[in-house]
Amino acid sequence: MSADQQKYLKKIKIEKFLILVIQIMIVLIFVFLWEYCSNHEIINSFIYSSPTKIIATLKELIVTNNLLPHILCTLKEVVISFLGGIFLGLIISLLLYEFKFLSKVCEPFLVTLNSLPKVALGPVIIIIAGANLKSIIMMALLINLIVTIMNFYNGFINIDDNKQLLMKTFNASKLQTLKYLVIPGSLNTIISSLKINISMTLIGVIMGEFLVSKQGVGYLIIYGTQIFNMNLVMAGIVILVIMSIILYKMVLLFEKKYCKN
Amino acid sequence: MNNDILKVRDLQKIYHTKKGEIKAIDNISFSIQDQEFVCIVGSSGCGKSTLLSILAGLEEKTAGEVSWHKSDVRIGYMLQNDALFPWLTVLDNALLGLKIKKEDTKENKKYVVSLLKTYGLGDFINKYPSELSGGMRQRVALIRTMAIKPDILLLDEPFSALDYQTRLAVSDDVYKIIKKEKKTVIMITHDIAEAISLADRIIVLSKRPGTIKKIYDVNLTEAESPITKRNAKEFSTYYSTIWKDLDINVS
Repeated sequence: MSADQQKYLKKIKIEKFLILVIQIMIVLIFVFLWEYCSNHEIINSFIYSSPTKIIATLKELIVTNNLLPHILCTLKEVVISFLGGIFLGLIISLLLYEFKFLSKVCEPFLVTLNSLPKVALGPVIIIIAGANLKSIIMMALLINLIVTIMNFYNGFINIDDNKQLLMKTFNASKLQTLKYLVIPGSLNTIISSLKINISMTLIGVIMGEFLVSKQGVGYLIIYGTQIFNMNLVMAGIVILVIMSIILYKMVLLFEKKYCKN
Repeated sequence: MNNDILKVRDLQKIYHTKKGEIKAIDNISFSIQDQEFVCIVGSSGCGKSTLLSILAGLEEKTAGEVSWHKSDVRIGYMLQNDALFPWLTVLDNALLGLKIKKEDTKENKKYVVSLLKTYGLGDFINKYPSELSGGMRQRVALIRTMAIKPDILLLDEPFSALDYQTRLAVSDDVYKIIKKEKKTVIMITHDIAEAISLADRIIVLSKRPGTIKKIYDVNLTEAESPITKRNAKEFSTYYSTIWKDLDINVS
């Protein structure tokens, strides 16, 4: 390796390191300032809580065994809605792809449904599905499904016409075309749209829990608001941040493993 | 003795669009003999691709007759673009047609492997298309077409995506492969020189609607390979005659 090449690589490394250090600093400074302002009553500690109070609240929740059930509940809802969204999204987008007529018929409805704030349907969902897990999953599906369908469908229709023609020249059936061309050919699009799907699912689940729930991280937050315990609300948000980072990273890992270019 | 494997009579194709009807081809009649290499030339938009698609059964004809020498004729179709699947290895790409036809038996696989080895792709069997040169990719595409052991090969401007040098080399390759495997070929091209250097017979189509303007039997004194054919003294005569037939003017 030449000296210039080494210099170049070192420069990249230093930059990467610097970015990480600054990012950590930002978080630390934010936490410190929050704590400081709260302790010195520069901000109202009752409303804005403080890092130490949040940690204390989390500790208490753990000690009284009141944290894990909520996390597991939310996680369960996320996993069901996430996988359900992929499964239903795949089936619906394949149907739309196979039956162009159907897709033309459905287009305005999909567009409308996509632009509609789904949370507005929340009360209707509760009445239809009842105040239970079903409502939350329906809410999450409503939010992640439309985007998933559109992403998958776009992946399918972007497959090279030449390859489609090739399948035709071999007299391939529709099912064979799906198996040999359409699905493997849009695997990259499918996997990369899972990233959007997971964040949409989390939004949907928390929204659902806000509307109707007896358990879950969303329930913790709403409950905290109702009894005006802002420490609990903030603790819930912190847990949510950590959960969303972990879920997102997991999808990213999956993508790295199965997404070939 | 009649060993025609394909007869086309009075073929016509009309496309319907919002703006009206477009007659793509009209009055097309010709026949193809076993092991013949026929080129169809015509300027762009003259309906030559349409003609080939109808022969391959990819499009419906409007009128006329297409009759093959047997009912279950096997057609191998090769496209302009190699259309190799980037997620499959060279071998799996070459086996695609067989897999779709559910004929990926051991013997057929062996045949495909032997084709790949014979035509210089032995070291690349388990590589992916992205690791191949344009010429090699086109060879894989040809082998994928030949793997299903077609009675006739239909080639739709198979070299047009390649640069000039590669194109000469690949057409030379492909010609040798086709002659060695004793295949019948209909190839369409807009490259007159390519047509003369490859074909036994050239069908010249008129502008739209494409009708048969002339059919030439190509007899060259140098008939070794497409590249040497280009040196034959009759080459330029054919070239200028067909050029005039095509009546190309840029305005």
